[in-house]
Amino acid sequence: MSTNEAQARFTKEMQKDYTILIPNMAPLHFELLRALFNAYGYHVELLRSDGQAVIDAGLKYVHNDTCYPALLAIGQLMHALESGEYDLEHTAVMITQTGGGCRASNYIHLLRKALKKAGLERIPVISLNLSGLEKGSAFKLTLPILKEAVALLSYADMLMILGNQVRPYEVNPGDADQLIHQWIQRLSQQIVAGHPTKFERLRQTLSEISTSFANIPVQRTPKVRVGVVGEVYAKFSPLANNHLEEFLRSQDCEVMLPGLMGFLMFKVDNRLEDIKLYGGSRAKALLVRFLIKYLSNIESVFLDCIRVTRQFSVPASYMQIKEMVRGVIGYGSKMGEGWFLTGEMLELISHGYENIVCCQPFGCLPNHIVGKGMIRKIKAKNPIANIVPIDYDPGATRVNQENRIKLMLAVARERLEAAYPAPAAEA
Amino acid sequence: MGSTTLKSVLLDEDGNILYAAYERHFSQISEKIAAMLSDISAKFPSLDRVQLCISGSAGMGIANDLHIPFVQEVYATRIAVNRLIPAADVIIELGGEDAKILFLTDEDSSYGGLEVRMNGSCAGGTGAFIDQMATLLGITPDEMNEAAKDYQKIYTIASRCGVFAKSDIQPLLNQGAKRNDISASIFAAVVNQTVAGLAQGREIRGKVVYLGGPLTFLSELRRAFDHILGVEGICPEHSLYFVAMGAAFSGGGGEVSLPEIIRQTEAYRSTGTYAYCKPLFTSRQEYDAFCQRHGANSSHIRFADTPEGEVFLGIDAGSTTVKAVLMDQQRRIIRSEYLPNSGNPVPLIRQFLTGLYAAFPGLHVTASAVTGYGEEMIRSAFGVDFGIVETIAHYTAAKEFRPDVDFIIDIGGQDIKCFKIRNGAIDNIFLNEACSSGCGSFLQTFAGALGYEMQEFAKLGLFAEKPVDLGSRCTVFMNSSVKQAQKDNAGIENISAGLSISVVKNALYKVIRANSAEALGQHIVVQGGTFLNDAVLRAFEQEIGREVIRPSISGLMGAYGAALYAQAHKDSARSTLLNEAQLAQFRHQVQVITCKGCPNSCRLTVNTFDDSRKFIGGNRCDKPVSSGKSGEQYNLYEYKRQLLAQCVGVPGKRGRIGLPMGLNFYELLPFWHAFFTDLGFETVTSPPSNRKLYLSGQHTIPSDTVCFPAKLMHGHVEALLREKVDAIFYPCMTYNLDEGLGDNHYNCPVVAYYPEVIEANVKAVQQIPFLYDYLGLHRPKDFTKKIHAVLCRQFGDIPLSEVKHAVSQAFAAHEAYQDKVRKKGAEYLELARQAHMPVIVLAGRPYHLDPEINHGIDKLICSCGAAVITEDSVSHLVSRFNTHVLDQWTYHSRLYAAAKFVADSGDPMLNLVQLVSFGCGVDAITTDEVREILERGNKIYTQIKIDEITNLGAVKIRLRSLFAALQA
Repeated sequence: MSTNEAQARFTKEMQKDYTILIPNMAPLHFELLRALFNAYGYHVELLRSDGQAVIDAGLKYVHNDTCYPALLAIGQLMHALESGEYDLEHTAVMITQTGGGCRASNYIHLLRKALKKAGLERIPVISLNLSGLEKGSAFKLTLPILKEAVALLSYADMLMILGNQVRPYEVNPGDADQLIHQWIQRLSQQIVAGHPTKFERLRQTLSEISTSFANIPVQRTPKVRVGVVGEVYAKFSPLANNHLEEFLRSQDCEVMLPGLMGFLMFKVDNRLEDIKLYGGSRAKALLVRFLIKYLSNIESVFLDCIRVTRQFSVPASYMQIKEMVRGVIGYGSKMGEGWFLTGEMLELISHGYENIVCCQPFGCLPNHIVGKGMIRKIKAKNPIANIVPIDYDPGATRVNQENRIKLMLAVARERLEAAYPAPAAEA
Repeated sequence: MGSTTLKSVLLDEDGNILYAAYERHFSQISEKIAAMLSDISAKFPSLDRVQLCISGSAGMGIANDLHIPFVQEVYATRIAVNRLIPAADVIIELGGEDAKILFLTDEDSSYGGLEVRMNGSCAGGTGAFIDQMATLLGITPDEMNEAAKDYQKIYTIASRCGVFAKSDIQPLLNQGAKRNDISASIFAAVVNQTVAGLAQGREIRGKVVYLGGPLTFLSELRRAFDHILGVEGICPEHSLYFVAMGAAFSGGGGEVSLPEIIRQTEAYRSTGTYAYCKPLFTSRQEYDAFCQRHGANSSHIRFADTPEGEVFLGIDAGSTTVKAVLMDQQRRIIRSEYLPNSGNPVPLIRQFLTGLYAAFPGLHVTASAVTGYGEEMIRSAFGVDFGIVETIAHYTAAKEFRPDVDFIIDIGGQDIKCFKIRNGAIDNIFLNEACSSGCGSFLQTFAGALGYEMQEFAKLGLFAEKPVDLGSRCTVFMNSSVKQAQKDNAGIENISAGLSISVVKNALYKVIRANSAEALGQHIVVQGGTFLNDAVLRAFEQEIGREVIRPSISGLMGAYGAALYAQAHKDSARSTLLNEAQLAQFRHQVQVITCKGCPNSCRLTVNTFDDSRKFIGGNRCDKPVSSGKSGEQYNLYEYKRQLLAQCVGVPGKRGRIGLPMGLNFYELLPFWHAFFTDLGFETVTSPPSNRKLYLSGQHTIPSDTVCFPAKLMHGHVEALLREKVDAIFYPCMTYNLDEGLGDNHYNCPVVAYYPEVIEANVKAVQQIPFLYDYLGLHRPKDFTKKIHAVLCRQFGDIPLSEVKHAVSQAFAAHEAYQDKVRKKGAEYLELARQAHMPVIVLAGRPYHLDPEINHGIDKLICSCGAAVITEDSVSHLVSRFNTHVLDQWTYHSRLYAAAKFVADSGDPMLNLVQLVSFGCGVDAITTDEVREILERGNKIYTQIKIDEITNLGAVKIRLRSLFAALQA
């Protein structure tokens, strides 16, 4: 690794009585991850702090020109460490590390710098990554954990996607949220250390989830449907995007956030694309193919379970999205969200979510390419596309962001009214 | 309800205007709405039921709370235009802080029909920007409009945000450029900003409609739009009221009772809350104690009425103010002056000196010194004896107050300067980069916008209970933060206090990036006019949790320091300062010419004083000012450029292939040139960058926040298209060559994938073969196969053996190029050592070689008498070492290695200056790391941020301070 200075490592002994703090990103997904790690004997706490105090902690400890997600994730951790709520002799921190050509790979180093600035070098830092970075930590992503994590990811995706499709139309407001809550409880309890969920069980759970959502009484009226894409943290984290989902809902919209599974598959598939483009080991290619196959199987069960209810809009599969991108942007653009972000926009447009908010941290380098850089081309192909890119950073204000989004919504409403002259026809 | 003004119309059923009003709302949203409605009610006493609709961001909160229908303002504009000017194609609307373009029609449907664009987080090129600039010129916007009617030259001014523009305009003013020309240039800058920021690749044509305040009131702004867009736009009747009319047309919903709504708005109190900081002072006593403490710190500064014995003159020709101090041998201040610059310091200083000679007939100044932006000009205008860099002036003055001072912060009109003192030498200079502001003029502009004088405005905040927390960001962002706070009904006191606090936070967290008071120093002296505001001073002490010293002459410190310097360095010979008789004869002429010394074509302002002394401004290099006399220059940037210029295409059997000279081609040109030449292609490189080339590609840039080197690529591709090449070759490259210095060998995302952006946004590349395949040179064998396939696809069968040969030639050429650079670097290093010259490793990216990108900084360093070498000429001398960041980009690994080389050299004459392009996200990581590596070797870290436009004045301060520190 990059440094040889004495770094606090997370040791076997620490597992017993250390609390591991993780910054939040996607609230549902991370909640289940927390449950997973705890089932495997760690004491993980998901940070839910919000607001200016977190941003200030980030500004204080992280280079202000660094991307906003780093500033927030590290801000959340530093804020917690300084809150006095944790015994600093028994606290560790965890952060994700992607390992690509984007700045995100450096989060862990920025975190270590922040800890050093605060005189907290003794706090062990755990890297959550799939690239074999930061070896030597006692926190191991073992195969059973990984398998379970993938299953949980698909559950969280489904809770999020179906919840969003039901919520605006509920006859009894609050049904969807209550159901999500129940599922989180149940899913957390059914994790058994060392015994990852079997495929059949996965299928059954997904099917149960989708049926339970299909059973919520709804009154479907035409509403503006808005898709949200973007840099992964800015897209999912309410802290980063000023509670974008909530805002869109308050504007009487149906929101669609494409799930995390596709992003994961994209990250895996990249390795294969790399080999195709530049050459590389055959064994590695085989392994990646195997992984993709594994994830595709889960994905197809996931989609089937949604499709079978005949009530919900079914997202396209990863491979279908990949096909949509052909001729728009090359598969080689893999840094950050890469071509997949462009793909998600195309996918959303193709099934009724042509109004899109593209979230990016101010100055996000990959987004210059795959977000803002591709909008013109997307629009040329899909004149109906109504995309608004929104920058997020500590200085950008909500009023400005919401005003821009409102403009996009005004255009969307006009089209909706043209398509469904009032009073709304369909039930 | 716009950002600064309230516009209202009352329409009858047929859409006729019965009532219209336009006024500034000074952020009193609900009061102004109530007053306006009452006015309507008074004028139409019989009116009871109305359809009411609000538009505009500042009205969002109240509309929401009172359940008044709201329509987004751009959308409202469109409704109005559709009804009133149905033939319109494009609407350009500038408001107080917003700029919008609406594309209504789309001839060839290539852009996806109707589109609305508005400025996002950047408010450059708006009414507020124009106001700011007018303030800077000391005239009203109307006067600016008059001035712009008669201009000769257009200067390049960045309008991305006020801060950038200010740093362009200030030197122009200091160099004596004409107000007429500057005014016209400001309007042109607004147009360019609108086109670049909002049109983003879509052409503005057809029937263009101008709306909004600035475009209604400023005829020359409309003319600038007409001229640059090549259209004849119209500014319709009621152009101020289109948003209001659109809101009225949209009706919004059912009728409401007018008296009822008036009652509700009068009773309205926002329910919104805002984040706030702790109050500055909680009681009068607290404030009095504070004032007393600060008064005591300056009790030793004495004043005298008449000059006796030797007297010394110090002048600080700053960015927005001019300061002068006359003192005697005992350092007593005899006379001082603090004046707003208002554009041209020469008449001010002349006036000061005339007054001085009139007050003290027969006065003989023993020695004089000048510092500040206008240093060189004032020096040659009045024969001032010494010119010193600001940092030295301020340090000299601060020592008078605190001999053991170890940290000085000066917040002036438009810049923040801070530096540490280590062992009596200046170390670690922080200047606000072009992107951060929060300085004095910012407070001033804000006070003005809200209808106050600055001092008065700052005072308002002293006892505010809940100062608005505005964070630490640049002016533009703060504008909208203030807007948000206004929406949440933060009172003027709280906004005032919040702005004072944000000035401080900006200085601390954006400029210095301090995380504790310890990091600053033990003995802190604060200076500059801005600190004369007790609110700012208090905020500073609160924020760092430590008491500091503010000299009573805080605003005069630069001039006082200059006077002290003059005293210390006085010569036995007579002072060259103009005497009374000479001053009476003083004449000043200004002429604008275009330099023909190099392709930069700088606009030069030639000032001639008394028909003899000349001062030339606007030059980026020394060519026009020195007459080629200076000795041998060791400039590796120049050498690299020469090497690259040798890569000239040779006509070949397979056609002409275009290579855009930007980004990574600055590294790989020798490679591709050798490769294609060997295969029988004639390579055609795009011409050297200049402003014109950049502007030719500007309209296709999709992201206005991407770095300038990437933006420039659009111009290069356009240039190649004009060359009628057979194909343009610009491959995507995720990976760079592995030089074994880091953990990985990536390119940054922008360098890696910019060809995708070009392909997606430059429409014309579809008309010729544009080869932007993904290639990886890090695996030569796979690369050979891949490039063979790419070429065969495009140019028919080319034997693999030929490609193999070309690849090996290419790698050899690349190696040879690197080798030459390294050898030359070593040679310069050795020559400089022998000549005892300082050496600067000017570390950046390969594409920083481009003079349009580096603004001639390499030559500037050489003109300071130092040798310049590049990061890649020394990086190979360092073996891989551990860094505190993930070291995964090839170009950036070189930076770390070069820093290590300098840090470990033990040679005080060898230093590193890092060039950073504005907007480079990767450099947020590298700069900290490079600084750390250097500081571990006790080296001073110097960073220079460069963008489309760069203020070379600030660059000079850094460099001169660095060299001054080396001499100490």
